[in-house]
Amino acid sequence: MSGLKPLGREKWWVLALLAPTLIGLLLGTFGSILATLGLSLYDWDLLTPPEYAGLSNYAGLPGDRMFVKSLWNTVAFAALYVPLTMVLSLTVAMALNRRVRGESLFRVLYFLPVVSSPTAVGLLWTWIYAEDHGALNELIGLFGADPVRWLGSEMVLYSVVIANVWGAIGEGMIVFLAGLQAIPKEHYEVARIDGATVWQRLRYVTLPALMPSLFFQAVLATIHAFQAFDYIYILTRTGNGNSSLPTLVFSIYRSGFRFFRMGDAAAQAVVLTLIILVFTWVYFRLQRRWGPA
Amino acid sequence: MRGRRTDWLALAALLAGAALMVGPFLWMVSTSLKPAAEQFDMRLIPATPTLANYPRLMEIMPFHLLLWNSAKIAVISTFGQLLTCSMAAFVFAVVRFPGRDVLFVLLLVTLMIPAQVTAVPQFIIFKYLGLYGTQAPLYLPSFLGGAFGTFLMRQYFRTIPIELAEAARIDGASLARIFFTIYLPLAKPALAAFAIFAFLFSWNDLFSALIYLPSDLEKTTLTVGLALFQQQYAAQWTLMMAAALVSVAPMILVFLLAQRHFVAGLGATGLK
Repeated sequence: MSGLKPLGREKWWVLALLAPTLIGLLLGTFGSILATLGLSLYDWDLLTPPEYAGLSNYAGLPGDRMFVKSLWNTVAFAALYVPLTMVLSLTVAMALNRRVRGESLFRVLYFLPVVSSPTAVGLLWTWIYAEDHGALNELIGLFGADPVRWLGSEMVLYSVVIANVWGAIGEGMIVFLAGLQAIPKEHYEVARIDGATVWQRLRYVTLPALMPSLFFQAVLATIHAFQAFDYIYILTRTGNGNSSLPTLVFSIYRSGFRFFRMGDAAAQAVVLTLIILVFTWVYFRLQRRWGPA
Repeated sequence: MRGRRTDWLALAALLAGAALMVGPFLWMVSTSLKPAAEQFDMRLIPATPTLANYPRLMEIMPFHLLLWNSAKIAVISTFGQLLTCSMAAFVFAVVRFPGRDVLFVLLLVTLMIPAQVTAVPQFIIFKYLGLYGTQAPLYLPSFLGGAFGTFLMRQYFRTIPIELAEAARIDGASLARIFFTIYLPLAKPALAAFAIFAFLFSWNDLFSALIYLPSDLEKTTLTVGLALFQQQYAAQWTLMMAAALVSVAPMILVFLLAQRHFVAGLGATGLK
């Protein structure tokens, strides 16, 4: 462990510099988690005093159609979003890593969706997906296809996933590109001398060296998937404040901040946290197994 | 080095992908420049281009206020993040004390916890502090540090030779002084990268703004304004695309001007 050892009064400086972070950790994060756990045991509408409800908020969840639907949607969304984002951003990064002309321009173009507000871009996608004269329906109309209800109940999951993946490719691309560029060129030369095929180079040189980035990005994409809200809110919100594709976060938002059922929202938040923790734990286990030997 | 043919293949794939990335934006710009009567005209170059949608926006909704609110909240949040994250990052990178590494790991763990999970108790606290319906809940949490920024800044601070701090201390400088006069000025590139992220994060936030300022057009942000706009002017696409462009354009501009910092900052987070 390197670094300066604080002497005498310097201990107070250390504390002062760390104070915002410590307060944030204690109150903001871990305190809030405890408070969420506590609140999930109460019924509270913020107007009348909270009432102890035991585990009834949890017990009610399996019978809550909105919650069950949103749980399923969240899992289905993540199952499509995570692999798609990973594969596409890795593909873009590998293509860029071949030193093509205009690499920096491509990087900028692929990154544009990442810096754009998902709310505004969500509006753009409602226009592209519009049933009546939307760009996508006009496009498939050129080939003689009938208009599709892209945001109707059959297609909405795929349409929302595509919009989200579109918005996220650039971020993964940058992370993977940094990882790829850190692989020493000699490794490829050795593989070539040994007569490795393209596929073998990918399997035995690129992917193992890229493991840390893949792992990092998988965790990040999973967390993003479980937190998906902005595009959902803009693309799938219905007139009565519901959604045609409610996710867990949408359901928490609706219970807690539209209907002020704090206990109910807290219980759903606990479930969401548990799901994310389980996935993170699984990733860490996988990384230990497949990580650098 | 490698076969030219495959490079052409990569280039072609990249071009096709780039068209998919940029196409929707061009469509947004194009629609926003069309008169309402031509909104279903599928030409990319408007037949009769007009800027009329933009003044219409201002008549419908106080977009100048929304822009100002978003900018103000984002500037304050960014300042809070830069200050408190780099303070903590300096300690984690430079000072040695028992429990340092445990504390740092604990901080990183919070990256896994979605903001929505802490939103319920935070909402209650802000409500009881009388801050519901004000902008404070949107920027106050930025003054309590954060895992991403602290990690980013710590990575950078660790590249500064520790001898610099040691020498300053022998000359009698306090830790705070070493931080403010040596480490912060040296970390300008990292601060710039992080500032863009922090600003972007706040500017694009919808969830918190929706919770704390759901309908007050005098105080709320551009994102909430856009969502309200969507409710009232559904299917008026020329107006809607103009509104979306107003919200996207500032960040794209900042990104284009500062993209080198940006990309370097993101590349540095994952891997070292």
